[in-house]
Amino acid sequence: MALTLISTSTASASATLDITSGIDDTYSVYEFHFVNMHPATNQVDFTFQVNAHDGSSQLTGFNETIQSTTFQSQHGEGDGGATVGYYTAYDQGNGTAYQALNYETGYDADQSVSGILTLYDPSDTTFAKHFQARTQTAQGDDFSVDWYTGGYINTTNAITQISFKFDSGNIDAGTIKMFGVS
Amino acid sequence: MANTVKKVNTVAIADIKNINTITDSDLKKLNTLEFTGTPADAHTLIATATASSSASLTFTSGIDSTYDVYEFQFINLHAATNSVYFQFQVNATDGADYNDSAITSTFFAAYHDEPSGTFAALSYEAGDDAAQSTSDIRLTKWVANGNDESLSGKLTLYAPSSGTYVKHFMSRIANYKIEGATSDTHVAGYINDTTAIDDIKFQMSSGNIDAGVIKMYGISKS
Repeated sequence: MALTLISTSTASASATLDITSGIDDTYSVYEFHFVNMHPATNQVDFTFQVNAHDGSSQLTGFNETIQSTTFQSQHGEGDGGATVGYYTAYDQGNGTAYQALNYETGYDADQSVSGILTLYDPSDTTFAKHFQARTQTAQGDDFSVDWYTGGYINTTNAITQISFKFDSGNIDAGTIKMFGVS
Repeated sequence: MANTVKKVNTVAIADIKNINTITDSDLKKLNTLEFTGTPADAHTLIATATASSSASLTFTSGIDSTYDVYEFQFINLHAATNSVYFQFQVNATDGADYNDSAITSTFFAAYHDEPSGTFAALSYEAGDDAAQSTSDIRLTKWVANGNDESLSGKLTLYAPSSGTYVKHFMSRIANYKIEGATSDTHVAGYINDTTAIDDIKFQMSSGNIDAGVIKMYGISKS
């Protein structure tokens, strides 16, 4: 597996980080690496959505239909709250909201979320588009949270754009790198 | 005009090693035709550590600000002692002895046994996580030492040279555990230290790493 760096997006008090080029049929697998995404607001969720192209024009808005699963493992610095389990409040059943990739990111100066989202065959026009993500978070109440998200974007249109944001407030800092896998 | 020329006369471009004294690594253009070649892989192999009855495997150079993301690939690490943990710790640039940086982590695994084929479970292992611990951090448990038994997997470490943030890590290890079972172990957490991390050590909780390889890669920043 070889990774080719396609683009880097760096947040600086950014409402969203949108990647609107470079997602096409050049690669059948794309990886998005998040490095120290730091929110301006405490205990907010890092999320993503995508935008499709119907073959003749770019559709409007990051609001595609998503079917997803979410589960997480957590443990507090005070040795409490150790568990692994499914998180029903964060999955989607053919929803069009931004999909959560983690849980309650802390906004202390040293807190952030890092991880990876893999998007499969976004330019395909036959199948739904699968994705998998794993993130590691310094959570606002000083928990370590190992978060897993998987699912599919329930469209047969090609996906050409992706957007990342916290569910409230800006992305104060952080970097997202988009790689193609060959 | 990338990769439009496949052959010169009957010689495939891929077979051209040099023209006169110019090697193919310098051969960027032939007349106006540009050769881009295969895109560079963002993975860079920084170091390889090979165990041979080793008490530990350490990386004491190469972890710096060159890369934001480091991957450690574990390939068939074989324990000398049965039923041990595989674990790691780090040194910050102001620390030594792999015991200064407090780490909080989670630990869960899926198990399925060979003998009966009926035991299958997913469980959080509360005794194997860490809460602000400066001891070694467990990455998998019940490592077996049979001749054909080992563990393989990967640990990802984010931005170890950051002077601002805690250092996130995530691992997933496939382990041939004692009593004949597979263990898919997931560990993640953060090194609760805003000082840069520059050393990492891997070892079994008891006994040597009899054999196996750990490869350290950097993921390109640009």
